Amino acid sequence: METSQAFQKKITEIEDINKATCTLRATNVGYDELAMVGNKLAQVVKIIGDKVTLQVFSGTEGIKTNTEVVFLGKSPTIKVGEDMAGRFFNALGEPIDGGPELQGETREIGGPSVNPVRRIQPHRLIPTGIAGIDLNNTLVAGQKIPFFADADQPYNQVMAMVALRAKVDKIILGGMGLTNDDFLYYKSVFQNEGALDRIISFVNTTQNPPVERLLIPDMALCAAEYFAVDKNESVLVLLTDMTLFADALSIVSNRMDQIPSKDSMPGSLYSDLARIYEKAVQFPDGGSITIVAVTTLSEGDITHAIPDNTGYITEGQLFLRKDTEIGKVVVDPFRSLSRLKQLVIGKQTREDHPQVMNSAIRLYADAANARTKMENGFDLSDYDERTLAFAKEYSNELLAIDVNIEIESMLNTGWRLFAKHFKQEEIGVKQELIDKYWKG
Amino acid sequence: MTKGTVQGIISNLVLVKADGPVAQNEICYLLHEDVRLMAEVIKIVGETTYVQVFDTTRGVKVGTVVEFSNSLLEVELGPGILSKNYDGLQNDLNKMEGIFLQKGVGSPPLEKDSKWLFKPLANVGDKVKAASWLGEVSENGLPHKIMVPFKFEGDFEILSLVKEGEYGLYDTIATLKDHKGLEHSITMTQKWPVKLSVTSYKNKPRPSKLMETGVRTVDCFSPMLVGGTGFVPGPFGSGKTVFQHALSKQADADVVIVAACGERANEVVEIFWEFPTLEDYRTGRKLMERTVIIANTSNMPVAAREASVYTAMTLGEYYRAMGLKVLLLADSTSRWAQALREMSNRLEDLPGPDAFPMDLSAIIANFYARAGIVELNNGKMGSITFIGTVSPAGGNLKEPVTESTKKATRCFYALAQKRADGKRYPAIDPIMSYSKYLEYPEFKEYMIGAGKPDWIDNAYKMKNYVQRGSEAADQINILGDDGVPVEYHLHYWRGELIDFVILQQDAFDKIDKMCPLDRQKYMVDLVLWICAKEMNFTHFEEVSDLFKKVINAMKQMNYSEYESPDFEKYAEEVSRLMTEKVESVENVA
Repeated sequence: METSQAFQKKITEIEDINKATCTLRATNVGYDELAMVGNKLAQVVKIIGDKVTLQVFSGTEGIKTNTEVVFLGKSPTIKVGEDMAGRFFNALGEPIDGGPELQGETREIGGPSVNPVRRIQPHRLIPTGIAGIDLNNTLVAGQKIPFFADADQPYNQVMAMVALRAKVDKIILGGMGLTNDDFLYYKSVFQNEGALDRIISFVNTTQNPPVERLLIPDMALCAAEYFAVDKNESVLVLLTDMTLFADALSIVSNRMDQIPSKDSMPGSLYSDLARIYEKAVQFPDGGSITIVAVTTLSEGDITHAIPDNTGYITEGQLFLRKDTEIGKVVVDPFRSLSRLKQLVIGKQTREDHPQVMNSAIRLYADAANARTKMENGFDLSDYDERTLAFAKEYSNELLAIDVNIEIESMLNTGWRLFAKHFKQEEIGVKQELIDKYWKG
Repeated sequence: MTKGTVQGIISNLVLVKADGPVAQNEICYLLHEDVRLMAEVIKIVGETTYVQVFDTTRGVKVGTVVEFSNSLLEVELGPGILSKNYDGLQNDLNKMEGIFLQKGVGSPPLEKDSKWLFKPLANVGDKVKAASWLGEVSENGLPHKIMVPFKFEGDFEILSLVKEGEYGLYDTIATLKDHKGLEHSITMTQKWPVKLSVTSYKNKPRPSKLMETGVRTVDCFSPMLVGGTGFVPGPFGSGKTVFQHALSKQADADVVIVAACGERANEVVEIFWEFPTLEDYRTGRKLMERTVIIANTSNMPVAAREASVYTAMTLGEYYRAMGLKVLLLADSTSRWAQALREMSNRLEDLPGPDAFPMDLSAIIANFYARAGIVELNNGKMGSITFIGTVSPAGGNLKEPVTESTKKATRCFYALAQKRADGKRYPAIDPIMSYSKYLEYPEFKEYMIGAGKPDWIDNAYKMKNYVQRGSEAADQINILGDDGVPVEYHLHYWRGELIDFVILQQDAFDKIDKMCPLDRQKYMVDLVLWICAKEMNFTHFEEVSDLFKKVINAMKQMNYSEYESPDFEKYAEEVSRLMTEKVESVENVA
């Protein structure tokens, strides 16, 4: 990162060094300002009198007490412009694809929040072809929604699928602690689908220092704001994996001797995550930022501080589950939720969408109860048998992630399955809709 | 004026050395570049004053000059507050320029050039004190009282009072003389420090009147009273927001104040966009005209989040002093408590449970205690009904914020994940939820006066049926459909009937979303009539067959216009189904 010589202040005496931060004496330093400690990038995280504490992004290994420290007089920035399309960058915004340096306008990352009265209500459906999402948990432009997934689930594949099918202008990938294999997977999928020209990637792999990850979401979202605000484009931001981001936060707060709250996370975790997710927005002029993230769970535990705080910030969550009955991965209809779906279903989609969705899920829940009865060795009633038969077909034809159909045919499939297995009064749908759509 | 300089910065906590006296909670400004960053004193240790900045501290340096304001965090009160969208510090969000909230930029809360038609309500020579009504203006059709400022202590005499006519917001409309003979001029506005409660009233009786919400599970099962307090804990995804919106749209209140405290911006936007279009079915005007929104979304500065709930409560107290019914909704008080935790953490205070500050429970109790119904000095009644939400970490109701809130409130609306999973909305658990007001003799008397003497007994009866139904469901699950007497199935289906017809309500259906009290009474009477019917069944499938048909017909009733031909048609179907059943029983007999 270049800077004018006039701003540079050199210090060569570091007093304290620990694994993530170092402390030295300096004056006229601004909070959040960047510095170079030797050749490592660092940022001011605490100032008490003339003692300045720096968080060193790439780790403090090898820093000497007499390493030269230069303050850069600015907070982290990135150059935004059309030339970002198709490029790969590291957490510091430097190209890692061998391409040329960026030429655009320099912007500070982690900028101010949008005035809530300048937003408009999200209203545009983003179809993905996956019925578990489009039918039951519809994605809306301006929404923020994570996949809550165990480490062994194919969330990166599903994310890549969503990214490629979603009808948006730009896709920005923020990869935090991606394994090199997953990074190459994304890269090749984007290349093979010929979608590279609308994709921008900021990547921190497991080979890079963990603290650097803290910059990834702000880099990705600063670029997203450029396209959404300046160019009125609809931007989809993919953040994977936010659990590793939160882990990096806890490393830094721990090194700064902060009192941890739940699950050793910093007390400010909620605000830290909200600052990122709340960048999701729909602007009146058509630009939008939609965030689809991944939060990996440890053995499905959603009460852990990271998924718990995330759930309160995001507009729903998507769960994947292996359905052994059909041997496929499905989007779990019980635990998944899109809070914004009400804004589009039955409005942009057919009028029967809300009721078809709810009834199908209720009947699927009845099937789950019937299965419990069966497992406990009880006789099943005729209704139980029918719900089980329904559930299997519902799972296979709609919930499975390999489904790729239009929303209208999802609804038609729903009605077909209702008529095949149930009587009209058993589905609990408004009579006028039954009269219109029942496929008896 | 006391000045100071910045000595240290840790995120939004700034250490300042002051050159003169400073007060706890005093407001000060950091003169950073060309803007003034607002901050509040939160701790003083010897020479060092700790202030929390209501903004980002990016770029602030040691040596930055600080100016102390000599006042606490105050809001400005006067006509023109209704239908405004404020941030937590009462900046008018609509007047701020640009898409992004630039740091240090504010905007005045009231329209300084606005003119109001003032009608005097007092006379020259009258003895008055704080909160006495001097006159009124019409604010969006509501009688907005111009009062003696709450800060005035002691007795005053009105020396002059303007005649009826149009006056500017800051014109002098009255002069008062205090007991020392000093004169004070009064405008239509006044200021009040948000962290202190307004106590200019005669007394605070127990609530007794039902606050109609149109939400059956609230009104019939766990009623809220005018001036009451309640809270809603909800695991995420359990429909808390939809429920809160339903309350703000439908509850019987003159003024609705929504404090979006540390919650999602899109939820606030939903209110911004929806309320101006919604018609208030009581007055025929737009809902937004009697609503104030305090929006401090989760990405806005954390210290201002703490201030936002106090700002909301103070605005509520202002309208209550005019003899109005205020409904205050705060979503969510957990985010407010988290803001306290973040600061206490940066101050390196010794932590209490879950790293929250030790005095959390006292802070919450004090805050809820500011709500309530009051008798004003002139004998009129005003009220603040306060419903807060908490967002318990991991859905664990034993965490400190929920526990403290439980002690401070009278109603509890437990949103249950299990109901949400089964799409049984609103997901308020009928058994776990409660309203202590059901035990109030004052409430019983009120309902007798309102022509619904059985209301409270019916609530208990229905709760009992639901409880028995859920017990029967457990037995059926354990022993199997055949393993229990048919009677158990009857218990189970009575519970289901109440659940589907009374408890469940479609917040997105234009008719079902709002159920007036008379209609609720009709449905409750019908449901209880069915539940009380003696019926004999030989096989459990007969029970479910009959009840499924009854439930379906009654759901269609809920979707139909009250007393319309459709409604009557389905009502007849219910009665036909029941008569057939009862006759068949008699035939067997």
